Amino acid sequence: MKKIWEFFKGTLVLVAKGSKAYYTWLLFLLTLMTIGTFAYAYQLKSGLIVTAMRDQVSWGFYISNFTFLVGVAAAAVLLVIPAYVYHWKPIKEIAVLGEMLAVSAMVMCLLFVTVDIGRPDRFWHLIPKIGILNFPQSLLAWDVVVLNTYLVLNLTIAVYVLYQMYHRREPNKAVFNPLVLFSIPAAVAIHTVTAFLYNGLSARPFWNASILAPRFLASAFCSGPAFMIVIFQVLRKYTKTDIKNEAIFKIAELIAYAMFINLFLLGAEVFKEYYSNTIHLAPMEYLYQGLKGHSDLVPYIWTATFFNVTAFILFLVPQTRENFLTLNIGCVLIFTGIYIEKGMGLVIPGFVPGALGEIYEYSPTGIEILLTIGIWATGFFVYTMLLRVAIPILNGDFHVGDDGVTPVIGDDRFIVRRPGFVSGRSDAEADLEASA
Amino acid sequence: MKTRGNPQEDRPMPDTETREQRIFRLSRRKALKGLAAGVGALAIPGRKASALTWQDFLQKNFRELTRAEVETVIARLEKEYSARFKKDVKVKATPPIEGVLYGYGLDLSRCIGCRRCVYGCVDENNQSRDPQIQWIRVLQLEKEKGVDLEHAEYYYNPREVPAPGHFYMPVQCQQCRLPPCVKVCPVQATWKEIDGIVVVDYNWCIGCRYCMAACPYGARHFNWKKAGLPAGEMNPETHYLGNRPRPVGVVEKCTFCIQRTREQPGKYPACVEVCPTGTRKFGNLLDPESEIRYIIENKRVFILKEDLNTQPQFYYFYAT
Amino acid sequence: MKGKMPYRACLTAVAAVLLLVLAAPSPDAHGKGTKESPKEESSTLQFPVPPPPFSEGIFPCSECHAEMTPNPKRRKLEEEHTNIVLNHGQGRWCLDCHDLKNRDKLHLISGEKVGFDESYRLCGQCHGDKYRDWKVGVHGKRTGYWNGKKEYLLCPNCHNPHNPRFKPLAPKPPPVRPEDIR
Repeated sequence: MKKIWEFFKGTLVLVAKGSKAYYTWLLFLLTLMTIGTFAYAYQLKSGLIVTAMRDQVSWGFYISNFTFLVGVAAAAVLLVIPAYVYHWKPIKEIAVLGEMLAVSAMVMCLLFVTVDIGRPDRFWHLIPKIGILNFPQSLLAWDVVVLNTYLVLNLTIAVYVLYQMYHRREPNKAVFNPLVLFSIPAAVAIHTVTAFLYNGLSARPFWNASILAPRFLASAFCSGPAFMIVIFQVLRKYTKTDIKNEAIFKIAELIAYAMFINLFLLGAEVFKEYYSNTIHLAPMEYLYQGLKGHSDLVPYIWTATFFNVTAFILFLVPQTRENFLTLNIGCVLIFTGIYIEKGMGLVIPGFVPGALGEIYEYSPTGIEILLTIGIWATGFFVYTMLLRVAIPILNGDFHVGDDGVTPVIGDDRFIVRRPGFVSGRSDAEADLEASA
Repeated sequence: MKTRGNPQEDRPMPDTETREQRIFRLSRRKALKGLAAGVGALAIPGRKASALTWQDFLQKNFRELTRAEVETVIARLEKEYSARFKKDVKVKATPPIEGVLYGYGLDLSRCIGCRRCVYGCVDENNQSRDPQIQWIRVLQLEKEKGVDLEHAEYYYNPREVPAPGHFYMPVQCQQCRLPPCVKVCPVQATWKEIDGIVVVDYNWCIGCRYCMAACPYGARHFNWKKAGLPAGEMNPETHYLGNRPRPVGVVEKCTFCIQRTREQPGKYPACVEVCPTGTRKFGNLLDPESEIRYIIENKRVFILKEDLNTQPQFYYFYAT
Repeated sequence: MKGKMPYRACLTAVAAVLLLVLAAPSPDAHGKGTKESPKEESSTLQFPVPPPPFSEGIFPCSECHAEMTPNPKRRKLEEEHTNIVLNHGQGRWCLDCHDLKNRDKLHLISGEKVGFDESYRLCGQCHGDKYRDWKVGVHGKRTGYWNGKKEYLLCPNCHNPHNPRFKPLAPKPPPVRPEDIR
């Protein structure tokens, strides 16, 4: 339809125009993405031997990042529930930003899986009917299904909501509500399935614990929303988006509860392994103390634990939660802490000691790190593109014209610092004050 | 009206459709076609690739091929390997023998840890020499501690074996009856044949390595790099599901020498034949007269990691 | 004439009894695990074995020993076979296994002579559990076909009968460590 085409053309105009800061940011991301692409080409040519993964530790940095990012994606639900189930207005206005984060995180997840598999040219083997998808026996098959579903779902919801706002009309509840409500169990599903994929392996006692799925969900609801809080503040400051403090503080409070559950479950795991003192203590001992002289992961996990506990306290206590300095410190601490704990701190101890008791210490190579940075840059790029379209729509700068077809772009700059701009006031008022 | 021979484009415009909508519909179709072609172009082998690689790319899972298709695949592979290794390579697709379930016995009172089985297997099964892949791993354990995997040694290299106070336990694929690796494969590239061998279709595996995480015995190995197999050391008698040279980025493992054991009469696996102390035993579990049945019925037999309920067809025992 | 009748009857009776005893089949001592004939211990038991691993030129022993007077006295040999160190059990010596009169044969405890190609029958007398396992194919190096003809080895093919304990071997190289695989 012509309207959709015009809308699409309008978005292309939007993303191509912006302030100097915007261009610098994009250039930075594109550089990292290019380096990542070269790193991947090198990996494709030489094989996965350019990574530090070997038979003993057959999953490493890529899958660690993948696991962490699935959690970040699942966190969109922490915004969706207050917004669409409880119709809490402060979050309802900005829930779409969470859904867009889910889309970016999903793109990153799919990229991480693609760069990790040995034969990406055989990706079509995973497509049902054309290839063979071992559903429902294989948890990886489940993951393929739910991750793609979640990506399409969030993309559909975000695009639909934004498109309707662009046309200055309410979304059709009959279409919209079921999709949004479905995204809640979908979010729980993606992370539960990812947890089950580790959980089901009897060969790896570190993962073969029922507590894994609840811990995954608890830590997911810490990491994603923490990122969102920081993004909200950035958007508030540099664009005309209005995000109320209430919304931010409520999210921070929910993070505190999620972190409490995460820490409690960690305590439960630590108790069980250390008190029962079976041979299955070995992976946890490797992680927290070192095993037979091998202790590469020890400083990382203790840093992560310290970060998590500190962040928990910062988010719990209202004074520190509502102080933007400590709040932001908490966000950075919690994002980093969960990244370590759920990334390398989860995947590597699963393989150490190995199935036959062997200890191989894995630490990512340069190629792995460059490629990982490239994929993160891609994720940020996707999110920037989505925001570049969403923010103007949300604050009314990008909408359909009076003929109902041609788009109108009221603001073609992005990331602009407006001196004297206060959230809630219009441009005209601000200009008036500035000239006075 | 001029027709283009394309039913979708040639049909008369319905009354409800505006001209703009029709143009959009047709251009959308073209765009999608182009997109599909573009994405497809990324995945397909490059211009330099011969017809060989095209068929390789499009080949379906081994179990879905008809008899004729299997023969085409085999002919193609034989041509490829013979050209690469400059010798007459045979690729078989011998089916399982009726009424056979393979069982393996390993006598822990006899193994001296000499590793001749490891290298016998490598010679027979065309493993990559560089990077090194070995399907059998021999563990050195202490007599006082028994089968304590946490304190096993793999890189032992004394002047002579057996080292005093130690005993030796080789581990390879246990061909489990409830294989965790088969359960987790997302594309069904690995499955258990009716004669009990767990096999991998190297042309179907996508290299996700989930099966390697799932295996409790560390029995599966990955081709992290293109295999380094000197032509002079290549064994030209191969089986499609067994010892044919593996491509990069796929998983491989012991197949009970499927290229030897499925013959009629069936040969022993290479590790059984090369073992100097008679540690290794092999036979048909369904044959009451076989060595392996005798062992199970008369010796003290145990299973590695029995609590995991993988039900291996590989039995460790003490003959003395 | 009167005295000869009982004598003849006795002879006939004894002959009849002897015939009956000889004709009756011997009880089957090892029922399980073998396809061979029930007469386990008779010399009709055949295993396809390679030739005995004699040292160069040592066999047939009768080439030297046919002219020599057999000396059954237990002693340490001074003139010949001084390279053989007997390290097999305690208080053993040569003629416990080698036959006194015919050096081309070994002898069982019963006195029955067995050839070197059937030495397993001799070893099996003391090492009955190994013998039982070996017959089924469970003891010793296994080659041949698992569902066809198995190839057997003689005991001396792996165990030096004079010093049977398996010698330690030099191990083949250990695997490359994962950190060294590039």
